[in-house]
Amino acid sequence: MSEDFLQISGLCKNFGSLAVLKNVTFSVRRGEVVAVIGPSGSGKSTLLRCLIRLETMQRGSVALAGRALVRQDADGRSHYPPESETRPLLRKMGMVFQSFNLFPHRNVLENIIAAPLTVARQPREEAIAAADRLLAKVGLTDKRLNYPFELSGGQKQRVAIARALAMNPEIMLFDEPTSALDPELTGEVLRTMRDLAEEKMTMLVVTHEMSFARGVAGKIIFMDGGEVIEEGAPAAVLDNPRHPRAKAFFAQTP
Amino acid sequence: MEYAQIVIPDLISGAKITYTIFFFTLIFSVPLGLILAIFGLSRFRLLKAAIVAYIWLFRGTPLLLQIFFVWFWLLPYMGVSANRLVAVILTFSLNYAAYFAEIFRGGIQSIDRGQYEGCHVLGFTYPQTMRLVILPQVVKRVLPPVGNEVITLVKDTALAFAIGVRDLIRVAQTTASRDFRVDVYLYAVVFYLASTLILTWLLKKAEQRFAYYE
Repeated sequence: MSEDFLQISGLCKNFGSLAVLKNVTFSVRRGEVVAVIGPSGSGKSTLLRCLIRLETMQRGSVALAGRALVRQDADGRSHYPPESETRPLLRKMGMVFQSFNLFPHRNVLENIIAAPLTVARQPREEAIAAADRLLAKVGLTDKRLNYPFELSGGQKQRVAIARALAMNPEIMLFDEPTSALDPELTGEVLRTMRDLAEEKMTMLVVTHEMSFARGVAGKIIFMDGGEVIEEGAPAAVLDNPRHPRAKAFFAQTP
Repeated sequence: MEYAQIVIPDLISGAKITYTIFFFTLIFSVPLGLILAIFGLSRFRLLKAAIVAYIWLFRGTPLLLQIFFVWFWLLPYMGVSANRLVAVILTFSLNYAAYFAEIFRGGIQSIDRGQYEGCHVLGFTYPQTMRLVILPQVVKRVLPPVGNEVITLVKDTALAFAIGVRDLIRVAQTTASRDFRVDVYLYAVVFYLASTLILTWLLKKAEQRFAYYE
């Protein structure tokens, strides 16, 4: 069996006195696609944000590729190792946001090569060649020199995916990548993600797209109220949820 | 027309002083304002408090008073023998930096958090994020209020008159009292209007350069 690539153990996160994540524990194997579903406010996005350090967590640990991203002491409290240790680990993660977060003052190509040039210090020609390959992959070669404001939402999100892939991540985090899109534009983004899954990219996807979760994910995590209340194969979780809150959620979701 | 030929060379020499104050003030106050804005948004509490106090002081007192203070007290007290023009440029730079700091702070704060987050997940450091992503977008947003300050500065230079700098206004005033005629002031008006006209045009061009996105 393939190894556990990402291991999350006992993750707790509070905003002040409000507990947003309660003892979240699960793992993602290399090459696996895990979909995180659940009602709004269940902590799904906060979970991703804790992993990539857009938020800090109070308890629990996170390991990536067998190395500690966040350690916990004997009491379960989280400790962050020095940046020199975690920086290379964080570089293995890519993230795509609901709101794209493209750089509006840079064209598509510049958006994609910015991090390879600045962070990975790749030579310019190399970065451009890689960006062009990625643009071909997401089907936007003809938009290479356009600015983000000239693109549709689906095109913007595909550029955002290409931009994240340009840093050669080993795991991709998707935070509701289609939630800001018009319904007719979600297909092109989901198709790009499906292609990635077929290439065995490890993916952790927060989504409301049940058909995507069912068709692409190897495992589904159902969260509610900051807790993981169901975990398992798509068919098991989606068709035979055991927990009443999961049952209620799927009853409302088409 | 003969009179114009007599006074215009004098006015030009005055205008040179006016433009000197204008350009050097901009050259010093814009970077200083940017530094104040960035550190004013940092986590260092003491530094933040000092910057708030600085801005309060320079925005809260008349510029004319600040010029007097620097020229008649601060420079003599420090034992610095600077000339009047230097004193004026120093005061103007410190004063305008306070206004620019507030403009830049507003500009930086207006950038969406998502831009910082997008940079973070790509591995950018904070200085890289500011330099490559945030500040280029801030420039576009602050151009109109910065333009306002630039236009105001052209006219504020006239305050240098108060400590005897031979700027445009000073030349016009001495000429008027020497010759007992006031039409020289009209020539001065033309200088100011021409300057602001050119600046307005330049600012419009600058805004157009940034109009291609958002």
